[in-house]
Amino acid sequence: MLDIRKDIFANERDDNLNVVGKGIQRQDMPGHVTGRSPFFDDHAFEGLLHLKVVRSPHHHARIRSIDVSAAERAPGVKRILRAADVPVNKNTLLSLINFGKDDEPSLALDKVHYKGEPVVAIIADSEAAAMAARRLVRIDYEALPHVFDVEEALKPGAPVVNETYPNNYFEYHDKFDHQKLRFGDTEKAFKSADIVIEERYQMSPIEHAPTETNGSIAAPEQDNRFVVHSCAQGLFFSLGTAAKILDIESNRLHFIGGTVGGGFGGKVDSLTEPLAILGAMLTGRPVRYVLDREEEMLYGSPRGAERIYVKDGVMRDGRIIARHIRSYFDAGAYTRLSSYAAVKCTAHVPGPYWIPNASSDIYVAYTNRCPSTAMRGFGITAVDFALEVQMDKLAHAVNMDPMEFRILNAYRDNDMKPHRRVAKNTALIECVQVAAEKARWPISDNAKRQSSLVGGGEGERGQIPATLIDQRGQIGRPETRNAPSTQTLPAGTTRIPLTKQPELEGSRDSRAAAPNVPRYEPARPMAQPAVQAPAPLAPMSPTAPPPQPVAAPPGAAPTPGATPQHGAMRFSSVFGTRRR
Amino acid sequence: MARHKGRGMASINYPIGMNLGGDPSQALIHSNPDGKFTVALSAIDLGQGMKQVTRQVAAETLGVPIEDVYVDTADSDTGPHDMGSFASRGTHRMGNAVIAAAREARGVLLEAAAEELEVNAADLVTDGRGNIHVRGAPSRTITVRATAQAAQFKQGKTIAGRGIFLVPLSTVDAETGEMNPNTAFAHACLVADVEVDDETGEVTLLGITSAYELGRALNPKMVEQQLVGGAWMGQSHALFETPEPYYPNPDHGPRDFNEYLMPGPGDIAPYSVSVLERPAPDGPFGGKGPGEMCANPVLPAVANAVFNAVGVRVDELPITPEKVLRGIRAIGGAQPQARRGG
Repeated sequence: MLDIRKDIFANERDDNLNVVGKGIQRQDMPGHVTGRSPFFDDHAFEGLLHLKVVRSPHHHARIRSIDVSAAERAPGVKRILRAADVPVNKNTLLSLINFGKDDEPSLALDKVHYKGEPVVAIIADSEAAAMAARRLVRIDYEALPHVFDVEEALKPGAPVVNETYPNNYFEYHDKFDHQKLRFGDTEKAFKSADIVIEERYQMSPIEHAPTETNGSIAAPEQDNRFVVHSCAQGLFFSLGTAAKILDIESNRLHFIGGTVGGGFGGKVDSLTEPLAILGAMLTGRPVRYVLDREEEMLYGSPRGAERIYVKDGVMRDGRIIARHIRSYFDAGAYTRLSSYAAVKCTAHVPGPYWIPNASSDIYVAYTNRCPSTAMRGFGITAVDFALEVQMDKLAHAVNMDPMEFRILNAYRDNDMKPHRRVAKNTALIECVQVAAEKARWPISDNAKRQSSLVGGGEGERGQIPATLIDQRGQIGRPETRNAPSTQTLPAGTTRIPLTKQPELEGSRDSRAAAPNVPRYEPARPMAQPAVQAPAPLAPMSPTAPPPQPVAAPPGAAPTPGATPQHGAMRFSSVFGTRRR
Repeated sequence: MARHKGRGMASINYPIGMNLGGDPSQALIHSNPDGKFTVALSAIDLGQGMKQVTRQVAAETLGVPIEDVYVDTADSDTGPHDMGSFASRGTHRMGNAVIAAAREARGVLLEAAAEELEVNAADLVTDGRGNIHVRGAPSRTITVRATAQAAQFKQGKTIAGRGIFLVPLSTVDAETGEMNPNTAFAHACLVADVEVDDETGEVTLLGITSAYELGRALNPKMVEQQLVGGAWMGQSHALFETPEPYYPNPDHGPRDFNEYLMPGPGDIAPYSVSVLERPAPDGPFGGKGPGEMCANPVLPAVANAVFNAVGVRVDELPITPEKVLRGIRAIGGAQPQARRGG
């Protein structure tokens, strides 16, 4: 089923290793296959209480009043939590790295922004008692207009979903309603393309569907601390989020986790820990808060929908000369992590291809649905679907085989990427070649001869072109969305220094570096295989020109080591957006 | 009415670790007096194999047998800070942190052995079976166990190490999107074979063939587990799943696994994969991370295969029988495209 092609890139590897590279059985496997591995919910506590939340039945509504008097008197009910009980009842997950404004309450105060938003929490002796008391909570709502479509939400006059971002979009750099990518001049290139294809793609929301639903158990300890059994995907991320919401020092929380029954991104949001700990603080007893399957399905935070428009200009010989992407992340009612995904998506444009003119406008829009969150391939999965279906359409339009079309346009070592960094360590061409061979999908000898190691970075492939920039989409000014370009940045312009290289710490200072550590760097210099330079594959050119070594113009590529940055840098300086 | 076979492909790359960096991982390693090592982390094992990959990386770097290393995770009182298990960052970030910690611990181990053997630590090598000996002189040897006992009870040395790995945080330019997003990228190309029933609109996935370039397969069994499981998820994303079937209308959401459609055992297609290894210069032993990317190429490859089978483009996921049937009707009947090998 799986084989390893050791013959490819063999001269870049040192395969003389003892343990790494062997399919050794996992230390936790016996526990998993016999059902004995302990998960967060496998911890018994004396006097355990159970927490359940009352959720909004409306997509968008003002809360006129909340009456919990009947629920408080219900059998087994120990404590009811309201918005006022939460010490810091507004948070955004990425505030831990200073990115974005606090926009989401743990319990809704005066408005609900999506169907299923928690309003009141009930803590009782049993789950059944908590669920019974849930029905006794009386909440008087005034329904408000709602918006579900990302493009409708961005129109002037749409209902305001999230008061922290009153224009229904996440604000980038304190300046724009979206994240931009600009490389070359896509508009001009579209005019000179033989064929222009513009298409719309839609990724639907997806549920993570873990076997183990989200949950946690928090218990007071005897030393003024709380132990928390958690299924968090980021232990300290969740600990930090809980400490902030509860306004306590982080060392009063002792998080235990590490074995999780399915995550896929759905256990990053700390959905249950803050309220479980708050319950333990206010009752003095252990509190368990676990989503049931229906809550997990409907309100457990899905992969967000994305709407993506891809516009490509392609020449009849198959070369893509321009690509523009406009896409909308559906964040739901609150930001959670969508703001991060849009920047990751921007870095991914235009996919693993070299395209001389590329640009994108990526929006994060708020709608009155359950906030979406990270999921496997966050920021990439949907745009890869759009790009690769688009690639199939382009290949069809120029009458080329889709494999050959990929190889022709594939990025190679030393090519300049649109985020203005040089591609290294590429291997797309080799993957296409191996997949074609394996699937017995015929490709031409010319396509088989291509290599990621050769031909990249030559001529304009290694350069940053003159680039049109603009001030479109200024915050609060929808009329600027169609403004013209304002300036042309000269070829070779870079504005962001290379961050310093990652460093392996641990063998410095007083202790001697360990000798004879197995090497993991490429061991030998690469031999240059005899491969042709990239040339149009179809129609076959009888005399493909030999590769011409071209000296990079000054300033074309960022110089390693130029202006290294030192010390801690916060995301606030990345995006200029401070929380609170 | 007929069943039409079709083939589609997609090729992708994937960034390893949090975009822009700024996501540190730490590791601590120490030996007990018998030369058995514990790796203390706060990384999360979601089933992807975090404990095992860090165990192998630690054993390789320390130069000791895998049985002599256990990984303890995740307790915030004993495991040092880690950003978390997401963004395909576990192997790359934590793997490097473990290498750093293991290098330091190995340095002390060899110093302690050098003192016992009265040689220079730089002349010592490990055999991976629990012994340390002088390079080129296998008879001048001491076990890791004896070394640890000497370090603990005679020399007063802690055989321990700390490690952190951090890709420094990058800024982003507001107007051009210039940034340093990531240092390592993995690659893949995937072929999907489908059969489309033009009477029911049903799409059956017949088989998947792929090539993945992952830097280095640190544990090929776990790579296989990731790639196969991820392909199932990709199949499910492509053909079955969504909690909002009429998006953006949010109604008709599923409440349980009876209402939320996913492939069952009978829907799973045979899968054949080749792994390529082009080591990442800053990856642990060159490793990248197959965790997230392995669902991605399945979605477009299946969509392209449906087009190849019946000439219908479905640009909105999931590709339900209803959408396929409507597409076939809109073009006046199935239009099979050119066959592509197989």
